[in-house]
Amino acid sequence: MRLVPRGEAPALFVAAVSLLAVLLAFAASLVLLALYGASPWEAIAVVYRGVLADPRGFAEVLRRAVPLTLAGAGLALAFRAQFWNIGAEGQLLVGAVAASGVALFGPGEGVAKLVLMAAVAFVAGGLWAMVPAYLKARLAVNDVITTLMFNYVAIYLVEWLIHGPWKGKSVFGFAYTDRFPASAWLPLWPGTGLAWPGLVLAVAAAALLAWLLGATKLGFEVRVVGENPEAARYAGVRALSTLLQVALLSGGVAGLAGFVEVAGTHHRLLAPLQISLGYGYTAIIVAWLGRNRPLATLLTGLLIGFVFAAGDVAKVALATPFQLVQVVNGLILFFLIAAEVPIRYRVVWRPERG
Amino acid sequence: MEIFSTAFLVALVAGALRQTTPLLFTALGGMFNERSGVVNIALEGIINFGALAAAVTVQLVEAPYLAHDPNARIWWIPWLGVLAAIVVGVLVAWIHAVVSIRYRADQIVSGTAVNMLSFGLPSILLLFLYGNTSDSKDVVHRILPMDAYLPFLRDFFSTPLGRILDQSPLVYLAFLLVPLTYYLLFKTPWGLRLRSVGENPEAADSLGINVFWMRYQGVLLSGVLAGLAGAYLSISELNHFTRLMAAGRGFIALAALIFGQWHPLGILGATLLFGFAEAFRILIEGTGILPSPLIQAFPFVLTMLVLAGFIGRARPPAAIGKPYEK
Repeated sequence: MRLVPRGEAPALFVAAVSLLAVLLAFAASLVLLALYGASPWEAIAVVYRGVLADPRGFAEVLRRAVPLTLAGAGLALAFRAQFWNIGAEGQLLVGAVAASGVALFGPGEGVAKLVLMAAVAFVAGGLWAMVPAYLKARLAVNDVITTLMFNYVAIYLVEWLIHGPWKGKSVFGFAYTDRFPASAWLPLWPGTGLAWPGLVLAVAAAALLAWLLGATKLGFEVRVVGENPEAARYAGVRALSTLLQVALLSGGVAGLAGFVEVAGTHHRLLAPLQISLGYGYTAIIVAWLGRNRPLATLLTGLLIGFVFAAGDVAKVALATPFQLVQVVNGLILFFLIAAEVPIRYRVVWRPERG
Repeated sequence: MEIFSTAFLVALVAGALRQTTPLLFTALGGMFNERSGVVNIALEGIINFGALAAAVTVQLVEAPYLAHDPNARIWWIPWLGVLAAIVVGVLVAWIHAVVSIRYRADQIVSGTAVNMLSFGLPSILLLFLYGNTSDSKDVVHRILPMDAYLPFLRDFFSTPLGRILDQSPLVYLAFLLVPLTYYLLFKTPWGLRLRSVGENPEAADSLGINVFWMRYQGVLLSGVLAGLAGAYLSISELNHFTRLMAAGRGFIALAALIFGQWHPLGILGATLLFGFAEAFRILIEGTGILPSPLIQAFPFVLTMLVLAGFIGRARPPAAIGKPYEK
């Protein structure tokens, strides 16, 4: 038996193999649950009842899918341009900071205030990604490391604000800001915890980025830079400007995710781990699973959102730790990497000749 | 504590040596995988897994002895913890190696998967063993500072110089590894082969060097060293494992690797810089001069500044990150 590289695999085949990989990851997670002493059958029943068969539970899937899709669609664009943005977590957090700043201290009433919050969150997240992009393009500084470092800087920025200058006057010993005025809250879908404008934003962002990548000059440049940097230089693509625009968009949508989290769910700036739950890191899976296609992140964001919602339900019903979600996500990523083998290679059962 | 007093300087230098140690282990490990042409951002996760393995192994092994005699001290138990950290480090690195060398997967994505598992899996094991998701039970058997092994030098270890040198044997090991890895990488045929597969795998292959096997060795060695860094954190510097124990050290080590130009001596200098910065941060934090989150961000900002100020001179191995297709 040997592996022979194949050309482009058919899309349906790729989708089927990816789905199989995800199912195998779920199966592995159930085995883990069984080792841990919980009944896998009960886990399936609990998740079915609490997430899939319950409209409120399904709204939780959507609520988790919104930041994952926003950040994931941006990463898909960045990865296409060979910008290794591992910093969506930090970009999401500074977006949350900027939105909170406007909510607490900024002008505006009603919808105008929310729009302003979203705009500054986009710009803040975008700028947070543009610094590493600039360093990469101009000084050839490794973008994986700079974007990672910026995550930590963002975490401590939030920590500083909620312990120091922005600490709420009415919250006594707790480290978070005062509650936002009601005009800075996103409206909820009745009977659920889902801020529906966030859903609109996620769908719009994924569609817009897909259009941008497929039908505009910037998209063309991104694809050329991503597939053949040498050719891009000959064709006169300005790498710096392309990269900066990609970073602005990629970090910007992650910033929007931060806006949705604070304006839709928490209504205040609070500890980094409570705002994000690792959405920014997890968005790497969302982008990867979507094969770096922004539109596909709508589906993959939904899938990983399901993992988060299922983790919540299992935590309550089966007393499993919430960190199980990270384990399941890590397993999904590994099985997907393994799925690359049948996607890229054909198995030939005859020995090699001559 | 007054700044520029002898006590402060002793605390600073001693602290710097302690903070440099895990970075030095990890960056020297990263040197082997990157020199062989494989990127390994999973080092962060390997430190976490190594720290977990060391603390849990020591705790489980010492428990029956301590139940029998609370004052029991068995010399080999902490070293068994170190061994466990190395074994687990190699196993985790092996996963990354198989995925990125054999299956030519994206090395950043594979590393991210390892890191994500290292954020989650420890909690599940901790909950199973100790009933909480964040910390292991304290261990009694640690790798102690030198004065515990060399009692006849106790007088020396109470002088200022002695207090700087009174470190865990693992600290000494980390610094000893600098000349050792230099010799291995630049003075042996093995080192030449490792570097050649990272620079020009096609040429190396045509000379009969097994590119895959050399790269496996590079990545597995990084697992050994990052595992040691983890053991140092959990059973030498501290006496238990705590979730996210690596705390970005794996990533800072990667920066030190670049800043140190993939060379043991450069890496020594770079990790000492970050080690001093971290020790300074810890001392300053105690004084309350600046809000603590701002000081905590300092090493990460410094890392960025160092990399950004270090223009154009860093030249990575030519074939880094590129899977080799025969």
